[in-house]
Amino acid sequence: MSAETQTPAENPEAPAPEEPRSRQVLREIAESSSMVVFMAIVASMVIGGILVILADEAVRESAAYFFSRPGDTFAAIGDALGAAYSAMFNGAVLNLGADSFAGMIKPFTQTLTLATPLIFAGLGLGIGFRAGLFNIGAQGQLLIGATVGAYLGFAFELPWGIHLLLAVLGCALGGALWGFIPGILKARRGAHEVIVTIMLNYVALHLVAWLLSLEAFQREGSDNPISPIVAETAQYPKILGVQFNLHLGFLLALACAWGAWWLMERSTLGFRLRAVGANPSAARTAGMSIGTATIITMVIAGALAGLAGSAPVLGTQKFLTDAVAGSIGFDAITVALLGRSRPLGIVLAAILFGGLQASGPSLQVNAGLPVDIVVVIQALIVLFIAAPPLVRWMFHLPSPAHEKEVAA
Amino acid sequence: MKKIIRVGAVAAVSALALAACASAPEEETGATAEATTGTATETVDFKACMVSDSGGFDDKSFNQSGYEGLTRAEAELGIEIASAESTTDADFAPNIEAQVAAGCDLIITVGFLLSQATVDAALANPDVHFAIIDDLADNDYDGTTDADNIKPITFDTDQASFLAGYAAAGASQSGTLSTFGGMNIPSVTIFMDGFLAGANYYNESNGGDVKVLGWDGKDGQFTGDFSDQSKGQNVTEEFLSQGADVVMPVAGPVGLGAAAAVQSAGDAWLIGVDSDWTATTDYADIVLTSVLKNIGNSVFDTIAETIDAGFSTEPYLGTLENEGVGVADFAEGAVPEAVLAELDAIKAGIIDGSISVDVS
Repeated sequence: MSAETQTPAENPEAPAPEEPRSRQVLREIAESSSMVVFMAIVASMVIGGILVILADEAVRESAAYFFSRPGDTFAAIGDALGAAYSAMFNGAVLNLGADSFAGMIKPFTQTLTLATPLIFAGLGLGIGFRAGLFNIGAQGQLLIGATVGAYLGFAFELPWGIHLLLAVLGCALGGALWGFIPGILKARRGAHEVIVTIMLNYVALHLVAWLLSLEAFQREGSDNPISPIVAETAQYPKILGVQFNLHLGFLLALACAWGAWWLMERSTLGFRLRAVGANPSAARTAGMSIGTATIITMVIAGALAGLAGSAPVLGTQKFLTDAVAGSIGFDAITVALLGRSRPLGIVLAAILFGGLQASGPSLQVNAGLPVDIVVVIQALIVLFIAAPPLVRWMFHLPSPAHEKEVAA
Repeated sequence: MKKIIRVGAVAAVSALALAACASAPEEETGATAEATTGTATETVDFKACMVSDSGGFDDKSFNQSGYEGLTRAEAELGIEIASAESTTDADFAPNIEAQVAAGCDLIITVGFLLSQATVDAALANPDVHFAIIDDLADNDYDGTTDADNIKPITFDTDQASFLAGYAAAGASQSGTLSTFGGMNIPSVTIFMDGFLAGANYYNESNGGDVKVLGWDGKDGQFTGDFSDQSKGQNVTEEFLSQGADVVMPVAGPVGLGAAAAVQSAGDAWLIGVDSDWTATTDYADIVLTSVLKNIGNSVFDTIAETIDAGFSTEPYLGTLENEGVGVADFAEGAVPEAVLAELDAIKAGIIDGSISVDVS
């Protein structure tokens, strides 16, 4: 289980009192874990850039005669990097080449759309991490949630509003059920949640694949494992008009982020969960039930992961396949760690990952780069985040004066 | 230790420096540059693009075959190409959108999973032309393509696997054939249908009693995915222990696991699918034949046709007749001469419709 550093905001007594105010602020920024996160992102973008250069054919060709005409190599490097970073920017933030305002901001709305399921699932995992549970099962919880939600969406005809509400609740309930199983197994029988959740991912995947082989989950007249399209009454409405994919699920995700913050920081229940996570023995001595806390945490985490499943089936893809979860459940682990398990951090990390994912098509089509570069950058971010001393050493950041360790 | 690192660093730097010592090519003026490209192939102002499903363009299966057709078109027709690999289902629509935005004239999507995304994009962009491989782009199942700017590219693979099934039945010493699929989906089971029907036809016409394990025309043996080779190996070992001596895996790269199992058994044959496995895999000596699905050709032909004669939504159906599907050469001496001699007549019978490839 990874240890984490508390940010100076939560740890105000950290800096030495004799430092002048301005230096103190600088020092707080440099020491903070957010600075490490930011520099980790910068470092991985730079290394990603080096890989782009190495992979570029024009660079390799011109490097062969580097000493007779070095200018060619630098020009080729510039072209390769320029194409890659501008494709990323155009694909994830603003499309400067578009001829309308809508076309210009479309990439950012796409980023937010792709971030939506990551926010949901990341929040669930973050709550688990803070309560001391390393839940690897978001993928399975998401799949079951998506299955229940999609089924309610395509199999029933209900009026507007009620149908969507029911389908969204179905997603949450499906995920909650899949989270409840490892929760109760751990609470009552001590089964380790990592193993149980990983195995339940496989159970969920094959369960969905089997369901999709049944007539009830297939489209009429076809044997392909694709469910019918979810009824329009159960789809998330598009919040910025039909030309954008951004749907109501994003606002729901933000609401959940606020809810998760309130739960963990303001409610008694959240205090209990954090206490159990920080020190189970102390929490037990103080009269808290570890088992109940475990079950509650896993149910909440599962429900949020299940809601992540609503983003594809009710928002973007609108039908169920066994690949509907993609790698959301696993990316969400990274998002939760990157966001330091805090709701605001998770929202920002999810938007970063959404942006990286949104830049994929543009990188491939406009810059001719393999999509794997995005995965490499994501992996590098994780690598640097996991090793704060490495990042501090690389950028000569000072070590925190008082590093306060808490169990994540 | 430090010294070793230093020596290594010096060696690496000098290697790099030496590698960078080649002489620079002559500066090309704009006019000569244009002339040289012009002589190689006539450049055509046409951009063909392709979106893979989550298998990626290196799946040794239909994404790869399709991509080979695309790169062949780039080399031989002198067109511009772009491609986008999908890593998850969520990438389908954005990938297609990016290609529409990049000004692609023809966008080819690979696989039924992209069907809905292709139809959506085709309806939203009626001026862009689309083609989809292994799907009819008919998501409301009314028998017609959902948008009138999509060309469906499909294959009657059962015609080819029928021939393979017939020949395998003739070649089998134990009288037991076997097949398994990656998933129970139509583009997979069509191979297995033809294989079973071919073996049954052998039994009917020769009074044989050849069994097929792994597929009964409705249900059978599936590994559940298109990536885990060890599952292919397990399933195949099970088949071999039940007496099968021919295995046809219809599961993309999972088939390589089957090949490994067949090779270690030593006395069994493998039937390849999609491409000629004597050329595309390392198992040439155990491959009885391969059921060919010439996706690459169909992609190339579609692009060439669109450039020459304009885009047509006429569905492309690969058959034995137009050589969109077929069987590769048989391993020497494995299939009895008499059986080989009958295959031509059977092929003609399938083409003129007098032999049905349906599982009866």
